[in-house]
Amino acid sequence: MKAKVYVTLKPGVLDPQGKAIRNSVGLMGYGGIADVRQGKYFEIALDESLGGERARETAERMAREVLANPVIEDYRVEIE
Amino acid sequence: MKFGVIVFPGSNCDHDAYHVISKHVGQPVSFIWHREIDLAEYDALIIPGGFSYGDYLRAGALASFSPVMSSVREFAGRGGLVLGICNGFQILCESGLLPGALIRNRDLHFVCEHVRVRVECADTPFTNELKRGQILSMPVAHAEGNYVCDDETLRELQSEDRIIFRYCDADGRATPEANPNGARDHIAGICNRERNVVGLMPHPERACEDLLGSSDGRGLFHSLAATLAAAAS
Repeated sequence: MKAKVYVTLKPGVLDPQGKAIRNSVGLMGYGGIADVRQGKYFEIALDESLGGERARETAERMAREVLANPVIEDYRVEIE
Repeated sequence: MKFGVIVFPGSNCDHDAYHVISKHVGQPVSFIWHREIDLAEYDALIIPGGFSYGDYLRAGALASFSPVMSSVREFAGRGGLVLGICNGFQILCESGLLPGALIRNRDLHFVCEHVRVRVECADTPFTNELKRGQILSMPVAHAEGNYVCDDETLRELQSEDRIIFRYCDADGRATPEANPNGARDHIAGICNRERNVVGLMPHPERACEDLLGSSDGRGLFHSLAATLAAAAS
């Protein structure tokens, strides 16, 4: 079983890295790029014995307490 | 009075802080490894600068989960004095001991230079020997020093007089040009509601010897010592 956790900056939080990437792709000639926001992606291998519900609970708690800083970031968890 | 300097894997200003306490404050000081949990013998703690845990995940994040930080939370909860410098400020924000967060600098650069900060509030155990409006020259060295918080937190910090230092120019004006990292409201340092925990991005411990270009940082450590001496008498 695997948990996928996506951590993204909250809307409105400045993302200088995303901005720098946007500027670079603009210079490279990519058209129509309105904005780039950089985030983080985690893959967490979970013991099958946890079961679906506990796996989700564990991954959600880990995302909330460790992987994301709720002051500046949002997160989304997928279990597969 | 006994000072403790907390050491994480990757701390690199721990010896500077130790030097200042032993030489300029003239008090006993020990290093505290991040796995220690007994802080009973200490009166004040310094969380020094550096790159704890290589800044992995987020600057200060992994350090905030280390065993010693649970004890630091208790220590601060009992009114113990805690000063977080640079990475120490990041760790205090990640720990929830101070509000807000420190994100990547506005211009993406690692900034490493002397800056000026204005003392905004002398009403803390760390600034009571300084004067409001006084300008201090101290070095900064960070990539994530851009202080952010939501509007409500900012209003709280402002109305409760908890913004302790702001970046400023030679005339004491807080301007975008004098702000090295884009920090909200030009914030260089803040305190908690109880005023016993202060975090700042500039390095007062690296500004205690004239040879290093400034000794303005001594005021913070002298304030701290004076507070503890007054409490003991």
